[in-house]
Amino acid sequence: MQKIAYYPGCTMKTTAKNFEDSAIAVFKKLGIELVEIPRWNCCGTVYSLTSDDLMHHLAPIRNLIRVKEMGCDKVVTFCSMCYNTLKQSNLRFQQNEEERQKINDFMYREELNYEGDVEIVQALEFLRDSVGFKKIAEKVKNPLNGLKVAPYYGCLLLRPKEASIDNPEDPSIVEDLIKSLGAEPVDFPYKNECCMSYLTVNHKDIVAERTFNIIKSAGKFGADMILTSCPLCEYNLDARQREALEKFPDHLSMPVLYFTQLMAMALGLDDKDIRFDLNYIKPDDKLIKSNI
Amino acid sequence: MAKKKTEKSVMDRIAEANKPVTTGVDEKDIKQWVMIYIMGRGYKVPADLTILTAMEFAGYRFVRGVGCRQGFCGACGTVYRKAGEYKLQTGLACQTRVEDGMYLVQIPFSPAKKPIYNIQKEPYDVSVLLKYFPEIARCVSCNTCSKACPQDIETMDYIQCALRGDFEELAEISFDCIRCGLCAMRCPAEIVQYNVGQLGRRMYGRYGLKKPEHLKVRIKELEAKKFDKELDVLEKASKEKLVELYAARVREKD
Ligand code: SF4
Ligand code: SF4
Repeated sequence: MQKIAYYPGCTMKTTAKNFEDSAIAVFKKLGIELVEIPRWNCCGTVYSLTSDDLMHHLAPIRNLIRVKEMGCDKVVTFCSMCYNTLKQSNLRFQQNEEERQKINDFMYREELNYEGDVEIVQALEFLRDSVGFKKIAEKVKNPLNGLKVAPYYGCLLLRPKEASIDNPEDPSIVEDLIKSLGAEPVDFPYKNECCMSYLTVNHKDIVAERTFNIIKSAGKFGADMILTSCPLCEYNLDARQREALEKFPDHLSMPVLYFTQLMAMALGLDDKDIRFDLNYIKPDDKLIKSNI
Repeated sequence: MAKKKTEKSVMDRIAEANKPVTTGVDEKDIKQWVMIYIMGRGYKVPADLTILTAMEFAGYRFVRGVGCRQGFCGACGTVYRKAGEYKLQTGLACQTRVEDGMYLVQIPFSPAKKPIYNIQKEPYDVSVLLKYFPEIARCVSCNTCSKACPQDIETMDYIQCALRGDFEELAEISFDCIRCGLCAMRCPAEIVQYNVGQLGRRMYGRYGLKKPEHLKVRIKELEAKKFDKELDVLEKASKEKLVELYAARVREKD
């Protein structure tokens, strides 16, 4: 079995356990073992844009030191937010000699001086480039024929363009994955819009409105469900449908899945690996079964 | 109104309280001396003392901020800088030897939030840690806490475990914490690490650990009064008999 260093991030271990469980199971099915990096810490959550604030780059860079300590120079991560923070911090680190030295100096207790030589790969990229959608299609046991799936990229997979996993203006990576599973991708105008992110803490109503609009649009274009790779997008689009319904009585609920959950369905994995128990809106049984 | 002459003034009492308490040391026997600076004031002290005994030698008397003197109670946290070094160091006064040119001060207490909770009523997941210590989410992984820890605990690692609800690792890593508070004094995110660790260990003990089977067996034995007879014998025994029994006792292996 092929092995790859895996950075989970806090959310995959807590509220997005369905993302992690399905991810591990899917990768195993594809012959890849995700090896959790030892002693990892929070990714830093948000990439710090402040030009003179190096403190917030310690967390992402420290994780990359852990990857090196494993003897690896490539790490795969699933959560869009972790991916974006790690990727951007690494780019900044690579491009700025002075900052590189300051960060390493501050972390003098680490045995290793980091040199910016770890490659951060988002799991979708890994599936496209290292596994190949063709191979995934070959492994599909239950083709999801007729299922209409709207890919939701959100912000962090595509922006800024240096950190984008695909063409930031016209991405197709998630569409290609959906096709490889036998389902039909649905294009809709909100696919690259922001989910309103952490406004969800203090301004549920703003998020509820955005969620309503995103789902309404996906529904208008015929989607049965929305696909994401970000636990925060998932939370805002899925759990916030409760507030959306309170505010907009004509809201039609729609399931929001992690891409690994959809893959687990198509690859014929068990319910315990798919873990719809943790999704707020459960995919309609009939919808799923009729498509499998 | 003038005070009576017999009544000691406050200043006299303070002066008395601060008299050296180290006795029986003849200064001519001491070969090596070092200069240390306690709160900025220089004192010449014997080189082989710990910070704690050196401070006593210099005349300080500890009423609080000292406990076991063995490095276990966590009461005598110290912060110091050595001459010519930029690094601020931490340690336990009872375990750290004085060095020439050391500038130091005691941190006998760290003001910390200590929430009240009932672990029986809390869910065994990350939410309990975030409910009582939401500031753990502010950790920037700077590792300053681990650098400060006199117990060599990877303090940052256990805070990170708390953040992802890994109670087992949290309990494992923080097990040797003596609650000295030095980490909390240094944390830029104002986290009170040792209280987070304590809640984590309590939750793990309550929900994470398996109930020990042998304990159930022993409780049954106690309920069946299995040991009452032997206890009766001990209760009635004379002092001589007790000494004899004690000497002949069967000991568990160390
Ligand atoms: S973890 Fe903090 S409180 Fe505990 S021993 Fe270390 S420095 Fe002291
Ligand atoms: S000192 Fe505070 S912010 Fe720094 S690693 Fe420790 S807990 Fe985190």
